[in-house]
Amino acid sequence: MGVWQPINEIAKNVEAGKASAVDLVTKALKIIDEKKEYKAIIAKTEKRALKRAKEVDTKVSKGESVGRLAGVPFVAKDNFLAFGADTTAASNILKGFEAPYQATAIEKLEAEGAICVAKANLDAFAHGSSTENSDFFTTLNPADKTKVPGGSSGGSAAAVMLDMAPFALGTDTGGSIRLPASFCGAVGLKPTYGLVSRSGVIAMASSTDVIGPLTKTVEDTALVLDVMAGKDELDSTTIERDKQPYTDLEVNKKPIIGVIKEYMGDGVDGDVKKSVSKSIEQFRKKGYQVKEVGLPYTDLALACYYILCPAEISSNLARYDGQRFGFSDKNAKNLLESYEMSRTKGFGAEAKRRIMIGTYVLTSGYYDAYYKRAQIVRTKIINDFENAFSQVDFLVSPTAPVTAFKIGEKASDDPLAMYLMDSMTIAVSLAGNPAISVPIQESDDMPVGLQIVARKNRDRELLSFAKELEGTK
Amino acid sequence: MANLSVGDVLALARLARLELNEQELKQAIVELNSILGYVEQLGDVDIKNDKPTIQVTGLKNVMREDKVIDYQASPDDLLKNVPSQEGRYINTKRVIE
Repeated sequence: MGVWQPINEIAKNVEAGKASAVDLVTKALKIIDEKKEYKAIIAKTEKRALKRAKEVDTKVSKGESVGRLAGVPFVAKDNFLAFGADTTAASNILKGFEAPYQATAIEKLEAEGAICVAKANLDAFAHGSSTENSDFFTTLNPADKTKVPGGSSGGSAAAVMLDMAPFALGTDTGGSIRLPASFCGAVGLKPTYGLVSRSGVIAMASSTDVIGPLTKTVEDTALVLDVMAGKDELDSTTIERDKQPYTDLEVNKKPIIGVIKEYMGDGVDGDVKKSVSKSIEQFRKKGYQVKEVGLPYTDLALACYYILCPAEISSNLARYDGQRFGFSDKNAKNLLESYEMSRTKGFGAEAKRRIMIGTYVLTSGYYDAYYKRAQIVRTKIINDFENAFSQVDFLVSPTAPVTAFKIGEKASDDPLAMYLMDSMTIAVSLAGNPAISVPIQESDDMPVGLQIVARKNRDRELLSFAKELEGTK
Repeated sequence: MANLSVGDVLALARLARLELNEQELKQAIVELNSILGYVEQLGDVDIKNDKPTIQVTGLKNVMREDKVIDYQASPDDLLKNVPSQEGRYINTKRVIE
């Protein structure tokens, strides 16, 4: 057994008085300190966490109900607004920002007794695939300290694999949960777009941003999703949740599996392909029907995303103007200078790059050629998935074309080298379907993730199938 | 092929309310042209018969009751992140000289 029991067991033991929330939180905080060198964490929320833990223990002693996640410590990516520490999105422009309210996801978890113990590192504003774009520091991969943990939710994935908490929260806009899950060996779920409220989460690209858990097991992920999922008045893009709990993990009939042809091609590392092929063999042995399926427009997904995503970023980051919150350069002489100087000093290189591209593609005169055209290509990408799901129940592929790379290896002059890390996760983000990365057989001692994609709103079926796979690892 | 000039990138930075030093400007020209060159592959796609996708939920006109939600955050809590204030007003620089 690992450092942490399954989440539902931890909560049951707290509820029964067999474990104390204070002990659990203390244990999490201790591990965070012991493994500081990995730089997974930006700040601990120690004081508040211990106070809340005491409250849970007091409730237990009075025989009051404490919830399905009673006393369970967790780590939130630092783009979730949360009390107890600053919310920075790993950016200099938000250094010192104190959240005046909490994200709905955090509120829902706290209502069930979960306790946020720390805020995890990320690429600033979630712009990146390695945490190297954090304005503060780069997180190290728990499997190999010389390598990146993936990103942008790299701190969250590392925190889970380092046993800092039984689960962590991440956000995924083009692969930011799935990629670090794959690089670190965690389970990482990107739910159906709209299933989890994003109120109180710092926006990146609103038309693909989702929230999801990172854990060590599919069962833990299912429980966290079940607590967070559902409509929220504070986020008008949320959809109705499944009435059946996401924790009911049962596969009723043998699903048909589609292997995404385009994601098993030349761009994929040979050893990654071998691991994935082995998993596919396992499906066959279990009696699943396996087919090859094509997504003809998927090769355009990256180009499509790198128009739509910067466009939305440039709009979402316009609010950081140095006036109402965040860094403000006091040396400015007038309002325009105040905007320019605050943003110039406050934003890192990648945020600036994306703001500039976004501004360009939204400029009148270029709007039709870039932005509108990309939105139409998005429709074609969505149609690809619909066609595929008329033939199969699940699509599988590697989560990433490679295993974790060396720190600094892709920080070249060409930002496209880094963008290519997301080439297998981005199309799914554009389509809005749920997808999960599950660790499969390692390659050269580095974790490999298998991406499984399901039909929209079939998150429970996706988790059920992922659990089957987990059993064969 | 995208071919942004020095002037184009400076104008763009101005629109985005960003300042670029000489080194950043040089780098931005190379990077933006590389990225825009890459995304131009979408230009070859036949888009006559498809409609743009703006969002994927299919939700339309989401309404809710117009009621106060108690966030338990006081105006002072909301003002604590303000860079410069006078009383309960937010200070900004002059707009008109």
